[in-house]
Amino acid sequence: MSCVRIESRILPYVDGRLKASEQRELERHLAACPACRVRVNEFRAVAGLLDELPQIEPSGGFDARVRARVAAEPAKRSWWAWFAPSPRVAFAASMLLLATIWIGSRPGPVDSPVDVASKDGPVIIDANDLPVLENFDVLSNFEPLTDLPQPVQADDANQQDSNSNQQM
Amino acid sequence: MARSDVQLMLDVKAGDEQSFALLLQRYRSPLVNFLYRMVRNREQAEDLAQEVFIRVYRARADYVPSAKFTTWLFRIATNLALNSVRDHRHQRMEISLDAPVTTDAEDGDERPLDVADKHPDIEQHLVEEVRRKMIRQAIEKLPEKQRAAVLLHKYQELDYNEIAKILECSESALKSLLFRAYEALRVELAPLVAHLMK
Repeated sequence: MSCVRIESRILPYVDGRLKASEQRELERHLAACPACRVRVNEFRAVAGLLDELPQIEPSGGFDARVRARVAAEPAKRSWWAWFAPSPRVAFAASMLLLATIWIGSRPGPVDSPVDVASKDGPVIIDANDLPVLENFDVLSNFEPLTDLPQPVQADDANQQDSNSNQQM
Repeated sequence: MARSDVQLMLDVKAGDEQSFALLLQRYRSPLVNFLYRMVRNREQAEDLAQEVFIRVYRARADYVPSAKFTTWLFRIATNLALNSVRDHRHQRMEISLDAPVTTDAEDGDERPLDVADKHPDIEQHLVEEVRRKMIRQAIEKLPEKQRAAVLLHKYQELDYNEIAKILECSESALKSLLFRAYEALRVELAPLVAHLMK
């Protein structure tokens, strides 16, 4: 074993924290290496010097100050505590459920003419729903529009269809 | 039979404030001593020790005994101490050679030494003081991480594995760190070491 290799084992040896096998190996090296023996003794001396420093005691009010700070800490609820049953949460959940049921049971809005028309037949547009046609009177009397051919009336169209069928 | 640290902490987690008081009683002195030797200021050391206990208390709900309690406790303390040392480094003044000799700061009494002290053996007392001061200064001169390693190793008597976890390094890196620290102390304290080796 080289001197460099035992460097990191000197302190554990001084502490008595080496494994028995490691200790035997190191002692064999020390028996043959005066420099490492000196180093071990110097480390022992340093450890002894460190023991000379006295301990200090915390000041008298230390515990009281810690307790006061602990008492000032806000009560902490765990994350799971949010799921714990509580009357307020249960009440709020019940009210939400009731509101959902009530809204769901209300009759739905009347279908608009556009919806009905798109499903079942020709498109009928409610003039009141279209902002462009808000002033219906003005538009109906708009001169260029009067020159356009008159739209085919539904009854007339049906009649024409029946006539053409008869001719066929 | 005394409850283990882990058991006490689990009891604190369950809401038992008395167990926290027991942990406080058990660790206030080791923590204050460790922090005092790290920051070299008693008031600051006590403030930091309080902060350690508060952090432990705040973390009670999430506490999982995955490591030894002391590993966790001293990791908090070491991190706080290292941050504090770094923050206050610029404020620290070099010890002047002509500064008055003081009594042992570790007794909590830093009054200047009165030559007319009624101490029965003033010379012996002075020698001891100088000696302690040299040791304190030698520790203080160590780089922060080496200092923390020496203090945890020497005064808290923690396992190498535990100290390595606290300092977030491998066990072999810790042994190397400690070797360098003791080498530095050996050089710094050479006169005292030589005296002991005679």
